[in-house]
Amino acid sequence: METKSAGRRTRPESGALIQAIGISKLFGSFKANDAVDLTIRPGEIHALLGENGAGKSTLVKILYGSLQPSAGEIRWKGQSVRIPSPSAARKLGIGMVFQHFSLFDALTVTENIALALADRSNRAALAREIEKVSLEYGLPLNPSSRIVDLSVGERQRVEIVRCLLQNPELLIMDEPTSVLTPQEADDLFQTLDRLTARGCAVLYISHRLEEVKQICHHATILRLGKVVAECDPQQETASKLASLMVGADVHVLSADTPPPTSAKTRLSVRNLSLPEPHPFAVALHDISLDIQAGEIVGIAGIAGNGQGEFFDALSGERPAIRPETVTIDGKPAGKLGVTARRRLGAAFVPEERIGHGAVPRLRLSDNVLLTRHATGDQLLRVGVIDFSGMKTLADRIGRSFDVRKSAVDPEAGSLSGGNLQKFIVGREIDRQPSVLVVSQPTWGVDAGAAAVIRQALIDLARSGSAVLIISQDLDEIFEIADRVAVISRGYLSEPVPARSLSREQIGLMMAGLGEGKSMAQKETAHAHRA
Amino acid sequence: MRQRFGDVMTMLEGILLTIVTAATPLLFAAIGELVAERSGVLNLGVEGMMAVGAVCGFAAASTTGNPLIGVLAAIIAGMLAASLFGIVALFFVANQNATGVALTLFGLGLSGLIGDSFVGTPGIPIPKVDIPVFSDLPVVGRLIFGEDPFVYAAVVLAIATWWFLFKTRGGLIVRAVGDNAASAHALGFSVLRTRFLAVLFGGACAGLGGAYLSLVYTPQWTQAMTAGRGWIALALVVFASWLPGRLVAGALLFGAVSILQLHAQAIGIGIPSQFLSMLPYIVTVIALVVISRNRALLSVNTPACLGRPFVADT
Repeated sequence: METKSAGRRTRPESGALIQAIGISKLFGSFKANDAVDLTIRPGEIHALLGENGAGKSTLVKILYGSLQPSAGEIRWKGQSVRIPSPSAARKLGIGMVFQHFSLFDALTVTENIALALADRSNRAALAREIEKVSLEYGLPLNPSSRIVDLSVGERQRVEIVRCLLQNPELLIMDEPTSVLTPQEADDLFQTLDRLTARGCAVLYISHRLEEVKQICHHATILRLGKVVAECDPQQETASKLASLMVGADVHVLSADTPPPTSAKTRLSVRNLSLPEPHPFAVALHDISLDIQAGEIVGIAGIAGNGQGEFFDALSGERPAIRPETVTIDGKPAGKLGVTARRRLGAAFVPEERIGHGAVPRLRLSDNVLLTRHATGDQLLRVGVIDFSGMKTLADRIGRSFDVRKSAVDPEAGSLSGGNLQKFIVGREIDRQPSVLVVSQPTWGVDAGAAAVIRQALIDLARSGSAVLIISQDLDEIFEIADRVAVISRGYLSEPVPARSLSREQIGLMMAGLGEGKSMAQKETAHAHRA
Repeated sequence: MRQRFGDVMTMLEGILLTIVTAATPLLFAAIGELVAERSGVLNLGVEGMMAVGAVCGFAAASTTGNPLIGVLAAIIAGMLAASLFGIVALFFVANQNATGVALTLFGLGLSGLIGDSFVGTPGIPIPKVDIPVFSDLPVVGRLIFGEDPFVYAAVVLAIATWWFLFKTRGGLIVRAVGDNAASAHALGFSVLRTRFLAVLFGGACAGLGGAYLSLVYTPQWTQAMTAGRGWIALALVVFASWLPGRLVAGALLFGAVSILQLHAQAIGIGIPSQFLSMLPYIVTVIALVVISRNRALLSVNTPACLGRPFVADT
């Protein structure tokens, strides 16, 4: 990642392209934006930094016309303007690439782009235009593919090409690299460089500080709806930026105690193969993996390469055919269901918080019962629920994991994503499981909450448990995993010590290298060229 | 010998003609529902809208003596019934399934009320198209050149709907709204307006299908004369995997089953007539099971937001 664009970037000296002056936005009595000022110059990549809930999305939606400010002024090239709708924003020359792509799965690339461009009535001509622009900016695309068949990186290209066809002068990108492999991210940065070289400005929203330091000319930092600082991110350290975002020094993770060597194997997977349960799933091919007491093993991979299927096989949501396929603490568990595996000392945190990890309409205490009813906590006595015991547990989890909530025992759905994630990870760690399997432990969680969760995972492992994390976030894997394996199209690579790997090596493995498929080799060649 | 052959051909022609007329009301109602579902709205009130269309079409035609006014009245009545659904289910975000079923019950009841005084009244005949020479061709002559105008209208409507959905910007917007309402909203399209218009179109088509029943198919009004055709139309949309071309084939198939079972009853094969009457509905169930197994086909064409209400955040 620290390649070609390492050169020092200077902010262009020119007048403002767009200025937001004193923008405020009220939701009821809640101030999502409080007198925010933002100035973007042509040709610069301007970072907008802030934790979840800092008001970044609100500000961006106001600039893109999907929200109207309660107060304040927007100036476009010095002229005061109103932006009543996204189409008005597009007419001005503002394009946006969304974090959760605003694409239509069932439609083709051309159809998707045609929807945003009312003036292109001839779809064949539009398809040719898409091919031209996508080549020009290094964003290869087939106009007649359906979105559902595209990878996440390709979908993002569709979004970007859609913006580029409108000749934008300002491109807003919301967390663009959160779904990309390192190679895909590098390709994106090159595209952004080509764009800024032509005078287009980019508003770049991210909480990946290293990447902001690498590519952005200037940064505006939001906290609790207010601008707390403006700076040149290349001049600041990542920890300085992080503390500006969080408002306090971010806890630095400590994994000082090395993982114990020659400890006993707590979780063992032997030759796990499962056919795909439905045509859009991934089959698992002969997966074997051992995890010792005291260590964290990270599974890296691009979304949709069998992570969900692997998690289901480990948790027992999809039992294996033979009992010895999965062993928990030496006991064969392959044919057991989730509750039976929990009884053996294992705990599981699935990827989706809402609906899989927690029931949104149930209180936190009820949610505790859902995974802890058979784990020796005495929450059930002859089938009768011990409500006060449940509340005590929920309280204890809330306190030790700093779950911020509006009431004593609120509904799970009322918590913010980060706080709910702390709660459901905490619920499992609280019982000191001997084996913990976590999928995407800090997905969509801000830096502060992520640090709490990651530290808790390290502490759990060092106290003698085996921890498996399945994550798409390479930073996270490098931060806490002792060994790393990569899952690709249902194959799991041999786990290797995290310190022996570079990001590039992992990235290549994530792109499918090692399966010997020609497709993968092509991607590799492409990545090397980049 | 020659005489026998002629008889068989005449009978075959008769069967084919009745199959086409049995398929036509299904095709009308299903085309409308297909567009509504493509926009993401599941309107289970097709049966009710057809009943309202049938009675209003018949009442208007027999009062004015002009079948064309009857057709217009049926279309308007269908749209009014659909707008009721649209307002409740889209703007007041009521549960679409419950609202649709309520509309069916309401439509059946209302049609009985309106139609009470028209029971037994003779209908106004609508002349068939007759292209000289061509319609005298053996077998295919009347089948292709001698149908009533509704049959041609239904086929044209199916083709026009296909063209609209897949070749025009308006159709693209309808499909986009049905695939991902939130994204369509983010792009600046009005999800509710698109859906409301699609639901109105569905109502107009269901009304037309109802009018066909009371003005052409059996030119009279009887209580509950739609006889579950609205429900079959709903199933047909799934059967056709939301593609207008397959809808035509599906409607003909269901028309064929419902006509052939009549002939089977007439010939007197040893199966109780009740079982034969069940056949179209059993075929519906089987067809749905078979089609639902083909996930690859469904995944491409099923509107992903089907039945899910949309509320814009402000």
